[in-house]
Amino acid sequence: MSATSREPRARGRLAALLAPPLLWLVLAYLGSLAVLLLSAFWTTDPFTSDVVHTWTTDNFRDVLTTPVYRTVALRTFGIAVAVTLLDALLALPMAFFMARVATGRLRRALLVAVLTPLWAGYLVKAYAWRVMLGEHGIVNAALAPFGLRGPGYGTTAVVIVLAYLWLPYMILPVHTALERLPAHLLEASADLGAGTIRTLRSVVAPAVRPALLAGSVFTFSLSLGDYLTAQIVGGRTQLLGNVIASQVTLDLPLAAALSAVPVALVVCYLAAVRRAGALDSL
Amino acid sequence: MRNANPWKAAVAAGALLLAAACGSGGGGADGGGAAEQKSVGKGEGRVDIIAWAGYAEDGSNDPEADWVHPFEKRTGCKVNTKTAGTSDEMVSLMKTGQYDTVSASGDATLRLIAAGDVAPVNTRLVPNYRDIFSGLKMRPFNSKDGKMYGVPHGRGANLLMYRTDKVSPAPDSWKAVFDDAAKYAGKVTAYDSPIYIADAALYLMKARPALGIKDPYALDHKQLDAAVALLKKQRQQIGEYWSDYQKEVTAFKGGDSVLGTTWQVIANTAAAEKAPVKAVLPKEGATGWSDTWMVSAEAAHPNCAYKWLNWIVSPKVNAQVAEYFGEAPANAKACRETADPHHCAVYHADDEAYYRRVHFWTTPVPQCLDGRKNVTCTDYAEWTRAWTEIKG
Repeated sequence: MSATSREPRARGRLAALLAPPLLWLVLAYLGSLAVLLLSAFWTTDPFTSDVVHTWTTDNFRDVLTTPVYRTVALRTFGIAVAVTLLDALLALPMAFFMARVATGRLRRALLVAVLTPLWAGYLVKAYAWRVMLGEHGIVNAALAPFGLRGPGYGTTAVVIVLAYLWLPYMILPVHTALERLPAHLLEASADLGAGTIRTLRSVVAPAVRPALLAGSVFTFSLSLGDYLTAQIVGGRTQLLGNVIASQVTLDLPLAAALSAVPVALVVCYLAAVRRAGALDSL
Repeated sequence: MRNANPWKAAVAAGALLLAAACGSGGGGADGGGAAEQKSVGKGEGRVDIIAWAGYAEDGSNDPEADWVHPFEKRTGCKVNTKTAGTSDEMVSLMKTGQYDTVSASGDATLRLIAAGDVAPVNTRLVPNYRDIFSGLKMRPFNSKDGKMYGVPHGRGANLLMYRTDKVSPAPDSWKAVFDDAAKYAGKVTAYDSPIYIADAALYLMKARPALGIKDPYALDHKQLDAAVALLKKQRQQIGEYWSDYQKEVTAFKGGDSVLGTTWQVIANTAAAEKAPVKAVLPKEGATGWSDTWMVSAEAAHPNCAYKWLNWIVSPKVNAQVAEYFGEAPANAKACRETADPHHCAVYHADDEAYYRRVHFWTTPVPQCLDGRKNVTCTDYAEWTRAWTEIKG
């Protein structure tokens, strides 16, 4: 902060400028999360499903001891990991090509191609995939000449569609990191006798790693919280989000306790990413 | 039920989290405290409605379908409609106390009554109530202690639909989706709601009489376990569960589903879009739904609410809604008002023998609905948990 902002008038203006967003952040944004977690300690009237304000930890016990919740949590976690890996595999070459190889119009065109799907509605995209993955969809039609069949609706379809939906969130940070990578580093590497593989490993990879981890935070946490994709192309697959949605009107405290599971998973993931150093530049 | 609109579900869930957390503790299970209205006075100029999509059309979706504006013109009651996607959503919206009337289905009605969220309806103040089919009056899902808690709106059965080109011989029993489902593995579909457990119970009534199920909505723990086991076995053959009716139409059209439960309106829509499907009422009978317009116990505009009740089941309007939505109207005189003269025949509107084979959705409660006193039955919350477990 510069010296001028320490003058009283400037500080007052700054406070006035920051007060509304801070108020929003604390009250509406974090406040609602706190209220949610608090309600996990309440209970419900079994018939009217009104929330009864009696303090209990039964909901958390239920979540931890009921086998089906564990199964669903593990499945959701597995899907989130698979989506993240798939997106990383797709994003790396794509971002590298966009940042280091393509030039001029082609680069701009590719960037627009990556961004365009972000402007389309989520449901439109998910339903488009529902049509493509259907029995008479384009996926089956394209695979038929090779004697193969598409995955149909199910867990695989969920992974594919989520990977599709979140791919831009992975490409963009990686692209930015690669773009910022100074060209002379690559030249220096070549001058020192390193081959392509060695340069990728020793120069490009360290530069890209934080961006890759930052992108993975998006793909991972967005996948954990999703439930519409499972509803649309999941067939009989249910994720944590679906279980929470089915409980939310009937047993809000249980739903709140269940929603603590993805929150806990994301916090653990963030902690792991932080240890890896990806958040240092924040 | 109908059209589980994901956006609305998400928004409602978010709103509910706040609403519920800010303290709605009251209510309790005593229920039924509110008194019925004695007379209908002058309208308050406004009525707030929770309805299924298609039940309170104002012409904005289809210029031909408009029974809100004529009502507003006639009564001076401005209509504010909130469309709900599921029964659970309706229940939670009614808890806010901001709505006057709701088109609740049988899996929600008893919950609303027990929570004291709705008041008994004085049917003498609803002249058109006289013409409602007797099969819909004073049913276990819309009355309590001899008091009607609303005005019946329409009804439908949960039928068995199949692709005529893929499924042979033509099924006439729910066995096709339970014990014989393996024949169409991966192509069987089922309704995605805990209330679907009743479909399994209905099948077990006939298939396993030793279980002693008398009413598919009154299951003790042993009976529920049997239904759950059957549904878990069925899950192996399920391609997908449906809750949004458009989703089922496309699934049958595309051949992703070839066999499963349906509503008449879905069968009609799919057939109209050239899908080779047929829907039957199997020999075991079927579950079904009946909707009831109920009045909030805290209605801010009770007079306009009563005017709406009378309006929505009046012969002409009831016919319009039933045709637009695709269901059997509740008003006997509505059958003469439908644009399609066969409408009531297709939906078996005046066929009481048909509807005697239909077990209408009722909220499962601990006090067994079949009158058993020596056991405790499983309630809807248990069904919901069981449903999560079935889907695994």
